[in-house]
Amino acid sequence: MIEYAWLIPLLPLVSFALIVFVTGRNRLLSAGISIAAIAASFVIAAGVGLEFLHNPETVEYGLPWVDVLGLRVEMGVLLDGISVLMLLIVTFIATLIQIYSLGYMHEDPGFSRYYSYMSLFAFSMLGLVVATNFLQLYIFFELVGLASYLLIGFWYEKHSAAEAAKKAFVTTRAGDFGLLLGILILFSLFGTFDFTELADRIAGFDNIPLLTLLTVLIFLGPVGKSAQVPLHVWLPDAMEGPTPVSALIHAATMVAAGVYLVARTYFLFANAPVALTVVAWVGGITALFAATIATAQDDIKRVLAYSTISQLGYMMLALGVGGFTASMFHLTTHAFFKALLFLGAGSVIIGLHHKQNIWEMGGLYKKMPITTVTFLVGSLALAGLFPFAGFWSKDSIFAVALEHGQVALYWLAVAAAFLTAFYTFRLFFVAFMGRPRSDHHAVESPPSMTGVLVILALFAIGVGFIGSPFIKEGFGHFIYFGKPHVEHLHMNIALTSTAVTLAGITLAWLVYSVRVTSFETLSVALKPAYLLLKNKYYIDEIYRWVGERVVEGFGFVLQWFDRTIIDGVVNGTGTLTEAIGRRLRVVHTGDLQTYALVILSGVALLFAILALVDPVKVLKLGGIL
Amino acid sequence: MEIVFWITAFVVIASAVGVVTMTNLIHSALLLALTMFGVAVLFVILAADFLAAVQVLVYVGAVMALVVFGVMILQRGPMNLSNMPSKHVLGGLFAAIATMGFLFWGLGSTEWPVSEAAPAATTVEPIAELLFTKYVVAFEVAGVLLTVAAIGAIILAKEVRAGD
Amino acid sequence: MISLTHYLVLAAVLFSIGLFGVITKRNAIAILMGIELMLNAVNINLVAFSRFIEPSDVVGQVFAVFIIVVAAAEVAVGLAIIIALARARQTIDAEELHLLKW
Repeated sequence: MIEYAWLIPLLPLVSFALIVFVTGRNRLLSAGISIAAIAASFVIAAGVGLEFLHNPETVEYGLPWVDVLGLRVEMGVLLDGISVLMLLIVTFIATLIQIYSLGYMHEDPGFSRYYSYMSLFAFSMLGLVVATNFLQLYIFFELVGLASYLLIGFWYEKHSAAEAAKKAFVTTRAGDFGLLLGILILFSLFGTFDFTELADRIAGFDNIPLLTLLTVLIFLGPVGKSAQVPLHVWLPDAMEGPTPVSALIHAATMVAAGVYLVARTYFLFANAPVALTVVAWVGGITALFAATIATAQDDIKRVLAYSTISQLGYMMLALGVGGFTASMFHLTTHAFFKALLFLGAGSVIIGLHHKQNIWEMGGLYKKMPITTVTFLVGSLALAGLFPFAGFWSKDSIFAVALEHGQVALYWLAVAAAFLTAFYTFRLFFVAFMGRPRSDHHAVESPPSMTGVLVILALFAIGVGFIGSPFIKEGFGHFIYFGKPHVEHLHMNIALTSTAVTLAGITLAWLVYSVRVTSFETLSVALKPAYLLLKNKYYIDEIYRWVGERVVEGFGFVLQWFDRTIIDGVVNGTGTLTEAIGRRLRVVHTGDLQTYALVILSGVALLFAILALVDPVKVLKLGGIL
Repeated sequence: MEIVFWITAFVVIASAVGVVTMTNLIHSALLLALTMFGVAVLFVILAADFLAAVQVLVYVGAVMALVVFGVMILQRGPMNLSNMPSKHVLGGLFAAIATMGFLFWGLGSTEWPVSEAAPAATTVEPIAELLFTKYVVAFEVAGVLLTVAAIGAIILAKEVRAGD
Repeated sequence: MISLTHYLVLAAVLFSIGLFGVITKRNAIAILMGIELMLNAVNINLVAFSRFIEPSDVVGQVFAVFIIVVAAAEVAVGLAIIIALARARQTIDAEELHLLKW
């Protein structure tokens, strides 16, 4: 199957083209093509995965795309542990979510458009995953951003959605600029974009400060795409898009593209320890920072969005402390349980006719049993309770942090884990348990949606075991950097994390379910902190202030410069020409004989000059002859 | 022979000056005919008898007839004011003198490779031979030009009717 | 003895007179006459060259023939244009025909 791996990204592209150009008018046919394409991609990816399990070797092939003097770029397929893993995750979850969308988007007038964008996204994401070189990676990185932009702004008639799409695009662009800069410096240093060649050439490179600089520049791309502090602001707003989109793009796959990029270019980071430390701390701070915000949000999707940012922070942290395997493992488990949570949220939103405020929900467990149970599974996995998927991956991150002596980061992660458990179950208790908090008539979603929820829930329970210490030659045997990673059971870490998680759950239960102390009294007692978290540390406001004062002030100066100096020169040229023309047009009398006179006078003048000077001598003097 | 040249030269120059200074167009036209006739005489002196005949036939005959017809068709108002000078008299004088100056300078500063050989006894046959052998293409083109000019002149001068 | 230079000077004077006429005459027909004078000056030159430089050859005269032909055509077309002009503008005064300006 490996020789057919190039079909994996290509099939969704074909589907995209088909929907756009041919079947756009037929809703069901469009959806069918899209689902068939992504399912076929999944089948191929599964085949590739099986072959890889038997024979875990890196395979690379491609077609020359650009071949000019000194620049040779391929469009190709690079299959190693992480790309095969990502292929599997992306195709599998995308397939499930496209099936789920049949129910969710059923009444939407833009049904075909939705599926064409979904196919475009799948194409870009898969192309990104199999990229063999930086240029291909960058192109697909941008394409993924484009697909994300289109899907966030899918309901573009809604002002907030259009704004959110723009915000996402612009914010990630800020990071991508650094990425592009880094890639260009890299190319100027080593003369190639190819990962394999670069990995060879980097090893002997001794200008560590420069390498650190360009690695940090490259890291800016993942910071934007994976919504790390301080470029995280776009992801919560991205929830304006349809919920399956949030699940697929802004929770399970695309946001992981940043983490994947760091993993893919880990040979750079491994040679620049300072850059690695930057990655670790950005990740750690993001994990805690986003977790605190999540505790004070009211919108079900926003809570999940901040939890995604927090979990992405974990992955970055893991990469930063050298836990390549742990990071990829967490990426894998997170993809399943976060997709599950988002799709569960989508099910709730549909059941409640587009209510998203958790304080208007409550008591959903009676009306929507399947959704509630699966959501509980997802919550437990996110909180990281034994034996759910999140437990294994989170613990392996903790273990790696301790192994590498990063105690501060370890406690940061533990604190974030406590908060994670707390906000997850705050959400669960408020939204699903208790009595209805508003007059809602929730109904369970159709089987196309609940079926997907159940499948994902099974994965959220089970997928963690592939990386658990119980399995020999498990996850770490295939996904590693350097030498294979063997998972050990760290009893003290497991106990700590379980204790912290249980504490978080218990606190949430006390406050929001049995109401030992009411939420309202707490929010009044801790008003400054509550307001700070509720307003997301005012970061949007700060950006807005910077945007309005600094950028617009600068823009004002530039505008003045443009209007007066540039326009002055340009218009001045025009005015001058016109004025000269106005004066000179008098020469054109329209009188033939005047013209004849002028011509003859000119000829006479020329002859006079010729009579006086020898032209050959003049030309020789001027060096022309 | 010399005296003939001098008289002819005088007549040519004087009548040419008359052509450009007369205020009556008919006088100008008649003096032009005289000038051309004088040029024909010069051709005879230069042993170009065939060309002299052509000059008389084409210029003094056909061209002048055309010009006079043109004058008769077009001229309105008093004939003695029909050929007034424009506002460019001084400019024209300057241009003419300057042109004459550089022409004189040009022909004065050139060594002419003059030959003392006798002129051809007859000119009609050699001209005909050249026209139909070496210059046959030019001859044909000239023929086409004349045809085109004749047709063009008719079309241009034709009365424009409504609906055309 | 009348030399080549005599003829050339005569032609030069005749040419300049024609030029003067072209520039200083109002009547379009008179301008045409000036052009005829200039063409005749050229013919004198050609025939004089033929006589004094290659007396046995008549190439110069052949060229004079061509010039006469072209001149005849020019007069015909020129007069036709003037007639058309007179019909369109009711004048053949060169000073009043100055539409072609700013």
